Amino acid sequence: MSERLRRFASWDTAVILVTVVVLVIASFGVENFGTSRNFTFLLLDLLPIALVALPMTFVIVTGEIDLSVASTLGLTSAVMGSLWDKGMTIESIIPLCIVLGAVLGALNGFFVTVLKLPSLAVTIGTLALYRGLAFVVLGDGAVADFPREYTSWVTGTLGDGPIPNVLVPLIVLALVFGVVLHATPVGRGVFAAGAGEQAARFAGIRTGRVKFWLYVVSGAVAGLAGVLWTLRYSSARADNGFGVELAVVAAVLLGGVSIFGGKGTLPGVLAGVVLLATLQNALRLQDVSNEALNIVTGVLLIVSVLLPNIVSAALRRRRPRAVSPER
Amino acid sequence: MNATKLAPPGADVQLTASPRRSVFGAVFKARESGIVLALVVLVAVTATQNSRFLSGQSIRDILLGTAILAVLAVGQAVVVITRNIDLSVGSVLGLSAFAVGSLMRDNPGLPVIVAVLAGLGLGAVCGLVNGATVRFGQVPALVVTLGTLYAFRGVSYFWAGGQQINADKLPASFLDFGTSSLLGVPWLVLIAVLVLVVAGVVLRNYRFGRELYAMGSSPQAAKLAGIKVGRNTSAAFLVSGALAGLAGVLFAARFGTVDAAAGTGLELNVVAAVVVGGVAVFGGSGTVWGAGLGALLLTVIGSSLAVLDINQFWQQAIVGALILLAIGADRLVAVRVAKALKKRDSHV
Repeated sequence: MSERLRRFASWDTAVILVTVVVLVIASFGVENFGTSRNFTFLLLDLLPIALVALPMTFVIVTGEIDLSVASTLGLTSAVMGSLWDKGMTIESIIPLCIVLGAVLGALNGFFVTVLKLPSLAVTIGTLALYRGLAFVVLGDGAVADFPREYTSWVTGTLGDGPIPNVLVPLIVLALVFGVVLHATPVGRGVFAAGAGEQAARFAGIRTGRVKFWLYVVSGAVAGLAGVLWTLRYSSARADNGFGVELAVVAAVLLGGVSIFGGKGTLPGVLAGVVLLATLQNALRLQDVSNEALNIVTGVLLIVSVLLPNIVSAALRRRRPRAVSPER
Repeated sequence: MNATKLAPPGADVQLTASPRRSVFGAVFKARESGIVLALVVLVAVTATQNSRFLSGQSIRDILLGTAILAVLAVGQAVVVITRNIDLSVGSVLGLSAFAVGSLMRDNPGLPVIVAVLAGLGLGAVCGLVNGATVRFGQVPALVVTLGTLYAFRGVSYFWAGGQQINADKLPASFLDFGTSSLLGVPWLVLIAVLVLVVAGVVLRNYRFGRELYAMGSSPQAAKLAGIKVGRNTSAAFLVSGALAGLAGVLFAARFGTVDAAAGTGLELNVVAAVVVGGVAVFGGSGTVWGAGLGALLLTVIGSSLAVLDINQFWQQAIVGALILLAIGADRLVAVRVAKALKKRDSHV
């Protein structure tokens, strides 16, 4: 296989193609899928997943994981509601919530990089801790009376078209994350840390520091997602975003990022997010319940890690015959 | 450091043969006595605040709650010892509780043992799905069981479709099983103790058990030593699934009311019980006794909060904090032990 062909046949190109195919099939096969109104909802639904998936891509590429993002989202939402209830202005609450997210992420980073604990165990712990604190802050009630100009901006669209306003910050952030990951020394460091931590350290990359800041960014973005989530549904609740970590991890792995670290692309991840959101949206239009949809997400998550292994095992078996003079 | 003094002459040999009686043994004993101490303090403080805490009914509730959590924790410990994790246990419990509940509702004549076997069987199938995927797919257990956590839960919702099984529809014999006792000890507690003893003995004294520890300490070395790592991994997940299925039966019998959401989020408590009980997340060490103690501690904390009139919402936050505390403490101990061993080796 020539180099160009190999690149073309890579996992993330495949995912992008599958996404396009699914979009086309859904537009023709599923009633109401192709309407501009549904398109807006689709984009609004994928926004929090896409946002959180950006830093999650970095974290997983370094070979770590952050399962606490959904709880960070919930805690910032609860704090946002509680502060608003106490009469603080929304202009000061929003930056505070993002800072809170960063602090929560920094705690994860501290445990993982300073105490050198496994990120899986740490973020399972903070998954429980942050969600628990969210309930401590707000109980099982809800705060709903957020200012109309903010909530309607989040649910509104650009010039009454089908594109939601909030897609603008998402695209900007996606560009920034994409450029940093694929075109800067920081991004190379992230890949190097995931491919071989020790080798990366010998090459002069401060892997601990890189990972610590990735957790901070992951927390801050989860905080922003919490703010947008709260404004979109105009409801601050402690259980906001429950289970979103599954969709985020599923989308990232579906997008071709290796769970073992060192491999993945941001365009692939974004395609993974769109694919997941499209499937969920189309199934929801077919009256499949939210809980039953979790079967689809869970199975997709497993398939997206299984498939590359199966393919590479099959290729390995074929390799002896596939050796050609040009290689 | 006193760890050095504790190690008898020739500890190098003993260290590999039987870690329980050497430096590490001392550490684990310290860990388990630490939990017992925490339990005593907690019970004492709560009891002085409210004497109702030590009433027969309250103790019974704690024991019944511990029984279900301990059965789950034993299964989880078996998996964690092999350096894997099973996040799907809460969903398997829910699926099994609902399945067994509907089975008993539709066939009131069935003996209780059938319910127990059905739960075990269904759980074992779920565990086999996890185990086979981890083994043959060469995929991290975290990803697989995070996927099945939601997939199995989805199956429950799909099946239940919003319906609920109520206690008044279940046969009396099944509900009696959840509340009655043998010689003053509730059946649920007896079952949990049986599970603990069997798992404890197998892990400590049998070849299969020792192989699990070896796999967790170093998968590569275990493979080189001829241990069938893949087969044992599947078996560990099978055990965890089957025990989660059994816990589902106990759950249905105890509460009588079951819907598709039964046991949601329980995996966090189970992981907390296991790591608090001294089963290292890096695999290769810990005992089911510790996991059982962890389950008891978590349950006591839960009912102390209720008795002390503290906001119940603190419970989950405490679970999270305990997980962080436990893995942090493990790390500290591991670093100290490594230093002590290094020091001793340098004297030789």
